[in-house]
Amino acid sequence: MSEAEKAEYRGQVHQLQKELMVDWYRRLDESAGTGSPPAVSLLVSGNCVELLEAFDILPIYPEVNALQLAIRHQSLEPILAAEELGYAADNCAYVKADIGALLKGITPTGGRLPIPALALCNFVGCNTYVKWFEHVSEFQKVPLFMLDVPFLRTDEPSKDDIVYVVRQLRELVTELERITKRKFDYDRFKEAVRNSSQVEELWSRIKHLSRKTPSPFDAFFDAITLMGPLYVYRANPAGVKFFQAALEEFEQKAARGEGPFGSEKFRLVIEGPPPYPFFRVFRDMFAKWGACAVASTYSTVGGLWEFGFRHDPENPFEAVAMHMLAHNVTNRNYLQRYEQIRRYVEEWNAQGLIIHFVKSCRLFSAGQGDMRDYFTKELGVPTLYLESDIEDPRYFSEAQIKNRMDAFFESFGHTPAPVRARAAGRPGVDPGRPDGSSRLRILE
Amino acid sequence: MNTLAAGLEQTFDQCSALIRDLEFPTVVRWKAEHPGAKAIGYFPVYAPTEIIHACGMLPVGLNGAGDALDLQYADARFGSFICSIVKTTLELVLTNRLECMDGVLFSSICDSARNLAFVVKRNFPGKYVEFLHLPHNPNSTASHVFLASEYRRLTQHLEEMGGVRAGEEALNRSIAVHNENRALLRRLYAFRAAHPELLRSWELYALQRAGNFIPVETHNEWLAGALAELPARSGKRRDAIRVVVEGAFCEQPPIDLIRIMEEAGCYVVDDDFVLGRRWFTSDIPVDGDPIQNLADSYLDRSVYSSVRHDFRNPRHKQLIEKVRRCNAQAVVFLTAKFCEPAYFDYVLFKRELEAAQIPHLPLEFEEKAFTFDRFRTEVETFVESLLFD
Ligand code: SF4
Ligand code: SF4
Repeated sequence: MSEAEKAEYRGQVHQLQKELMVDWYRRLDESAGTGSPPAVSLLVSGNCVELLEAFDILPIYPEVNALQLAIRHQSLEPILAAEELGYAADNCAYVKADIGALLKGITPTGGRLPIPALALCNFVGCNTYVKWFEHVSEFQKVPLFMLDVPFLRTDEPSKDDIVYVVRQLRELVTELERITKRKFDYDRFKEAVRNSSQVEELWSRIKHLSRKTPSPFDAFFDAITLMGPLYVYRANPAGVKFFQAALEEFEQKAARGEGPFGSEKFRLVIEGPPPYPFFRVFRDMFAKWGACAVASTYSTVGGLWEFGFRHDPENPFEAVAMHMLAHNVTNRNYLQRYEQIRRYVEEWNAQGLIIHFVKSCRLFSAGQGDMRDYFTKELGVPTLYLESDIEDPRYFSEAQIKNRMDAFFESFGHTPAPVRARAAGRPGVDPGRPDGSSRLRILE
Repeated sequence: MNTLAAGLEQTFDQCSALIRDLEFPTVVRWKAEHPGAKAIGYFPVYAPTEIIHACGMLPVGLNGAGDALDLQYADARFGSFICSIVKTTLELVLTNRLECMDGVLFSSICDSARNLAFVVKRNFPGKYVEFLHLPHNPNSTASHVFLASEYRRLTQHLEEMGGVRAGEEALNRSIAVHNENRALLRRLYAFRAAHPELLRSWELYALQRAGNFIPVETHNEWLAGALAELPARSGKRRDAIRVVVEGAFCEQPPIDLIRIMEEAGCYVVDDDFVLGRRWFTSDIPVDGDPIQNLADSYLDRSVYSSVRHDFRNPRHKQLIEKVRRCNAQAVVFLTAKFCEPAYFDYVLFKRELEAAQIPHLPLEFEEKAFTFDRFRTEVETFVESLLFD
C-alpha cells in the first residue's frame, strides 16, 4: 500500500484512551512493587469488574495484555515459549502468549505486572477460559475462583440461572473480603454499578451513531480502541468521563457529516475478532475501499448494550448476574448471534457481512460456515469469509486476504445499496421446546 | 437383539459391526418394537441417561461416524481447525441419518460442541435439541441446587414430549439399572487390567461402545455374559508394556488403531474411551430424591475428565494416581486432532508425568483415519525403548 493510501484514524478519543491505558499499566507496575492496591486477574467476557471496583481492586485482564503484545508485534516469542512447554499449535494463542509472557517475564509495556491475589475465572461462555486460569493458577501459584455462569441455552436466563450466579457472586465477595481484609461496602458496590450503567448508556448512544450515513466512526476498529477503557474503567468515574468525551467527539463528527476516513462507500457488519498482529494492515485494507464497519459482534464481548440492557444500581447483584448471563456476545448462543447480526444488517443499514474466522478462537469461529450459509442463502446478505488469527502472526496471509477483499468489493459494482435481509424461507427450524413454543425471533 | 451371539468372538465381532453402522439398526428396531416411543441421542461426553430411560425413551450415545462417511456438507459449515466428531455429527444430521432420533442433547464440554448444538438446532427442524449446562464449579454448594434444577428442566421437557411421567420410583429403577451397567464395566476393566492376555482392548472397547446403541438392560446381559465366559478363555502373555491411555474421551479412535497399539506391544490397562459410560467412581444412591442424587453424583462422584472441572482434585494428580493404581509403566496420549480440552490438559499432564518419571507418548488421531503405519512405528519404537531399557 502506498503512503498516500494510508489513512489517519486518530481523534482526541484515541489519545485519551491511550492515556487511560498507560495509567492502568502504571498502576499495575506500582501494585507489582508495593502490593497495593491488590490486583485480581479476570477475563474480559461478561466481566464483573463492578465487584472489584467496590473493593478498590485493580483488574488485570490477560486478554488485554495478550492483544497489546500482538499489536506491538511481540506475541510470537511468548507463543513459541509456551509451545515448548507442550501447548499445541492449535491451542488458543491468547493463552499461549499470556503464559509464555508470564514465564519469560515479558510485558506489553516493559513495566511490571503484579502477581494477582486471585485468579478469578469468570467463565462466561468460553471453555478455554477455564483451562487458561487453571494454568495461570498453577504456574503463578495463586488461588483460583471459578465463577460458573450457565450458558444462555434458552431465550432468557431462568430464575435458577440467576440464583446460581448470584450465590457465587456472594461467595466471591467473601473471598475478596479475605484478600483485601476489608468489609464489603454495599453502597460502594451500588455506586460502581451506577457508573457502569452510565458508561453503558453513553456507549450505547455512541453505537447508535453509526446508524447514520456516513457513520462518524468505525464500529469495529474504533470500537476496539474504546474497549480497553470499557473493561478497565467501566465501573469508575474516569470511565464515565472518558465515554462522555467520546460521545461528544463522535456526535460532533456526525453533525459535520464526517466519517472515520474520506468518504464512506460501503457499510459493513464485521463478525469475529481482529487479527491483532496485523491490526493496522487489516484496517487499511478496508479503508482503501471506503468500507466502514457500522456494527460488530466483537465489540460486544464485554457487554451487549445497544439493545437496551443496563446494570440496575438498585439490584446490583442481580444486575451483574444478568449481564454475565445474557448481555454479552460470548455467553449467548450461536443462533442468538445470528439474530444480533441480522438486526445490525437491517437496523444499521449494512450492505454486507465480513466473517473473520480466527483459528485461535473456537468460541467465535466454530460454525461460521453455517452462519455464512444462513446469511447468504436464507437472508441474501453478501458475505465475505476471511481466515487468520487473533494473536499468532504466523497465520496471516496478506496477499490472499487482500485478493478476497478486492473481489468482494468489486462484485458490488459501482452503487452498492443497503440490503434488507429477506425473510428466511424455512419455517419451524427452531422448535425450542418440544411443544414448539419459544421460537427464535431469527426466523420470524 | 436380546440374545448374546454364541461365543465371545462373535459377540465382539457383532459389537464392532454395530458401532460402525450409521443406519442405527438397533435403534430403528427398538422403535419398531415400541411404537410411539422416542429415541434421544446425546453428544459425548456424559449425559444423565437415567432421566431419558425413566421417561420411557431410548438414550443413544452418539460417537461421530468414524471413516464410514464422506463429508459433503459439514466441512464447509465448520471450516478448518475443528475436530472431526463435530463435523461428522453435523454431517449425520444434514444427510438425514439421525432421523431415527427424536432429539439430541449436548452439554458444556467445549466451545466447538457448544456451537455445534445450535448449528444442529437450526438444521434439524422439528427435533428437540437441548443443551445442558453441567456446572464447572463443584466447590460451591450452589452448583448442587443448580444442577438439580437443570435436570428437572430436562425431565419436564422429556415428559411433555413422550407423555410419560418419570416418577421417583421410575428414576430410581433407572439409576439402579445404570449402576449395574457401570459396575459390570468396572469389573470388566478390572479383569482386563489383571488379564490383558484374556481380554483384548479392542474387544472391550467394542463391547462397551455397543452399549451406546442398545437398551441398558440388554447391554447388562451382554456384559454379564462376557464376564462369565472370559475366565475360561486361554491366552498367552506377551512381552508388552502396561499403559494407560488418555485423551480419547470424546471423539473415538478407530477400532483398528487400538488393535494396532496392542499388536505393537501395549497392554492397555486403563483408558478413557467412551468415558460417559463409566462416568461415576461409585454407585449413585437409589434412595431419596433421584434428581438430586444424580446431580450430587455428577459433582462429587465423577471420574476426572478434561471436560469436567474440579479443582479440589486436579486431573493431573489423578492421572498419576491412576497409573500407580493399575501398575502401568507408561501413558499413551491418544488425542483427537483439534481437541482443545485435551491439548490444554496435556501441558499439566506432561509436567506431572515428567516429575514422577513416568514415560509417555503423545499421539494424535482422527476418527476417520484408516492408515496406521506411522502410528504403528511410533508405538513400536516407544515400546522397545521401554522393554529394552
Ligand atoms: S478461545 Fe476465543 S474467547 Fe476464548 S480466550 Fe481464546 S480468543 Fe478468547
Ligand atoms: S473431541 Fe474435543 S474438541 Fe471435539 S467436541 Fe469433543 S471435547 Fe470438543
